[in-house]
Amino acid sequence: MTKALSDPVPLPLARDTPFDPPSELRLWRGEGPLRPMIFGDGHVGWLATRHSTVRTVLADPRFSTRIEVMHPPIGQRLSQQTLTKLPGFFLREDPPVHTRFRRLLTGQFTVRRMRDLEPRIEKIASDRLDAMEKAGSPADLVEMFALPIPSLVICELLGVPYADHHRFQKDSATLLNLDSSVEQVREALSDLMGYLRELVAAKRRDPGDDLISGLVATGQLDDEEITGASVLLLVAGHETTANMLALGTYALLDNPEQLAALRRDPSLVDSAVEELLRYLTIVHIGPVRTATEDVELEGRVIKAGQAVTLSISAANRDPERFEAPDDLDITRQATGHLAFGHGIHQCLGQQLARIEMRIGYPALLRRFPGLRLAIPPQEVEMRSNMAIYGVHRLPVAW
Amino acid sequence: MRINADTDRCIGAGMCVLTAPDVFDQSEDDGTVLVLEPEPPEARRAAVRRAVQVCPSGALSLS
Ligand code: HEM
Ligand code: SF4
Repeated sequence: MTKALSDPVPLPLARDTPFDPPSELRLWRGEGPLRPMIFGDGHVGWLATRHSTVRTVLADPRFSTRIEVMHPPIGQRLSQQTLTKLPGFFLREDPPVHTRFRRLLTGQFTVRRMRDLEPRIEKIASDRLDAMEKAGSPADLVEMFALPIPSLVICELLGVPYADHHRFQKDSATLLNLDSSVEQVREALSDLMGYLRELVAAKRRDPGDDLISGLVATGQLDDEEITGASVLLLVAGHETTANMLALGTYALLDNPEQLAALRRDPSLVDSAVEELLRYLTIVHIGPVRTATEDVELEGRVIKAGQAVTLSISAANRDPERFEAPDDLDITRQATGHLAFGHGIHQCLGQQLARIEMRIGYPALLRRFPGLRLAIPPQEVEMRSNMAIYGVHRLPVAW
Repeated sequence: MRINADTDRCIGAGMCVLTAPDVFDQSEDDGTVLVLEPEPPEARRAAVRRAVQVCPSGALSLS
C-alpha cells in the first residue's frame, strides 16, 4: 500500500526484524529525501531519511531544538503544553543558552578525561561479570551487566549514590516509555528533579570531586540549572549505553561469523563499536528540529515553525553513504554515522559511551566463550515502545 | 595545508582527537580543540581531511 508522496505519514515504529529499521523508512528514503509527516500532536511537518539531508539539517543554525517550538514525532506527551521547561536541560536549548552549558561540561568529557576512567570501568565490568558468573547460567544480560555498568559509571562521574539506583532507574524508564501518560511523565520528572535538587544542595554544603560538585564550583550556574543538567546527564548516561551493550551483544550472537571475527581479532573492537552504533542506531525516533524561518531544502520549503524529524536510523542505512548498509560488518569504516547525532548537539557523552562499549563487549566475550541466547530469538522482547531502542531483557546462557 | 580551528564554534565532541590524535587535542578547561600541528606533514593529511569532515560543528577548515 503505497501512499501518494504528498500524503502526510506518521513515523513508523513497528519492525519486521529486530535489527532493521521499519521497512517503510527504507522505501521512503528511496522515493525522496523529504516527505510530509504527521506528528504526534497533529502538526504536519517533515520526515528526512537520507544521510546527507539529515546531516545538513542537524548542522543548520536556522533549525531550533527549543521545547517551545518543538512537536513530538510520536504521541502527545512531549509537546509544549504537557512538559514545562526545565532550566539546565540544554538538549532543548539553542545558542547562546546551549553554548553556556555545553562549554561548562565539555571539559569534563574530553577524550583524554574519558580514557583516564578506563581502569575504573574495567574494574566495574569485571565485578559485574563475577556477579553474573556467580548467579549462574542462564542470566538476564540487561539486569546483570548491560544496565549496571553505565549506571555505576555515570553515578560515579556525577557523584550520585548508586544505592539510589532503583529510584532513578524507575523514573528514567517512565520518562523514556512512549506509552507513559502525561501524568506519569510529570510525576517521574518531578521525583527525579526532587531527588537531584536535594543532592545538589548537599554538594553545595559538602562538595566532593565529582562532576556535580564541579558544576557548583564554577559559580556560573544556579541550583535549578545544575539540577536540570544532572537530570539530562543521568538519564542520557545510562539507558543509552545499556541498550547498546545488550542489543549489540544480541546482534553479535545473531551474526555468528561477525562474533567469531571479533573473538579472533580483538583489535577489531574499535571498528566493531562504530559499526554496532551505526547498524543499531538505538535513538530510533528523531532527533527533531523546527525551522525558525522558511528554509529551502531539497527542492522543498520548510516553513518557519514546521518541524522536521531527522531519522538517524534511516540515514545510517543509506546506501548512498554506506555500502551494503543492511549488513553488519565490523571491519567496515563506519565513522561518519549519525548515531550520536550531528551539529552542536552531537552527543556530549559519546567518548564515555565508546569506552564503556570498548571495554564491555570484549570483557563479556572473554569471560563466556560459550555465550548464547537462552531463549528462542522470537521470544526476545524488543523495546519498540521506548524512546531508546533495545531489548527489555536478554536471557543468555554459557 | 594549514588547519584553522574556530574555538567559538567547537563543541568539544572530540571527533578530531579520535580521528587524528597526533594533530588534535582538547583543552583541559573547556574541552575545545587544540591544534598540535597546524601544518601537518603529508603522512597525516588524509586523517586531517577526515577529521574536518566528521567535525560536527564545522569548527575546522583547511587552507
Ligand atoms: C551509545 C550511547 C549513546 C547514544 C547512541 C547517544 C545518542 C545521542 C544523540 C543522538 C544525541 C543528539 C540528540 C539531538 O541532537 O537531539 C545525544 C545527545 C546527548 N547525549 Fe548521548 N548518547 C549516548 C550516550 C550518552 C552518555 C553516556 C551520556 C552522558 C554521560 C550522554 C549525554 C548526552 C547529552 C548531555 C546530550 C545533549 C547534548 C547537547 O544538547 O549538546 N549520551 N546523544
Ligand atoms: S571535532 Fe570539531 S567540535 Fe569536536 S572537538 Fe574537534 S573541533 Fe571541536
